[in-house]
Amino acid sequence: MARVVVDVMPKPEILDPQGKAVHGALPRLGFEGVTEVRQGKRFELEIEGELTDDRMAQVRLIAATLLSNPVIEDFDVRVVEAAQ
Amino acid sequence: MRVGVVTFPGSLDDVDAARAVTVAGGEAVALWHGDHDLHGVDAVVLPGGFSYGDYLRCGAIARFAPVMTEVIAAAQEGLPVLGICNGFQILCESHLLPGALIRNDARRFVCRDQRLRLDNVGTAWTSAYEEGQEVVIPLKSGEGGYIADADTLDRLEGEGRIVARYLEHNPNGAMRDIAGVTNERGNVVGLMPHPEHAVDDLCGSGTDGLGFFRSVLAVATA
Repeated sequence: MARVVVDVMPKPEILDPQGKAVHGALPRLGFEGVTEVRQGKRFELEIEGELTDDRMAQVRLIAATLLSNPVIEDFDVRVVEAAQ
Repeated sequence: MRVGVVTFPGSLDDVDAARAVTVAGGEAVALWHGDHDLHGVDAVVLPGGFSYGDYLRCGAIARFAPVMTEVIAAAQEGLPVLGICNGFQILCESHLLPGALIRNDARRFVCRDQRLRLDNVGTAWTSAYEEGQEVVIPLKSGEGGYIADADTLDRLEGEGRIVARYLEHNPNGAMRDIAGVTNERGNVVGLMPHPEHAVDDLCGSGTDGLGFFRSVLAVATA
């Protein structure tokens, strides 16, 4: 078993109203010094068996076709728990 | 003329869309998200709503519903397809239309009778209008801001593929005031406002939306 994390973030040039809303709430709560907040998504995929190159390629395909929309989002794939 | 209206889990405006088809003089055919064929319809409407609860991204899961495989293949062969609101989002997720729709810039759900200008009346869904005609169509969406990169926007403008623009007030931050776009062939149209809610004086939003449905009926009988 291996756990692969896919982080999906709005592209830098895309307006992120949710991040802006979070950012706007910080001063009201007394938190200062945060200049920007961007909100994205984190997916954790549990992968059966050994994490081969083929399996990783498949995860990247999943990230590119379903988990993210390449028009508005970037994604990053990383392994957090390798096979034991 | 048989116009299919797809119901996904979470579709909201499928019944209104079917009624608009009927009011315009066509026969509405209910299509189910799990269908593997289009039952011989002459056109398809993807209605508004919150398919799959808007989980992941609006339209992202509906795009992979079995019926969408058929809709995408038929659209590429020239079948008229109109995506309204959530349907527009599904068409963008399906890559039948360029760009994407993101959360309104003001972060609020918008519900208003919206003035629009029709800039392309050469599509399967807009031929009943005059070029440049101004209409009022209800808009109700939380993620209706149309977005695409500058090259795509320039190409859309250059090729006359912006079907409708917001007038007087840009309600959601849509780039270049875009309310609707079409594909190269003009058979696929995505529109954020809801013409199916403006087909009957009884409902108070006028009847300016009827032209979308009359247009496609004219295509089929031409």
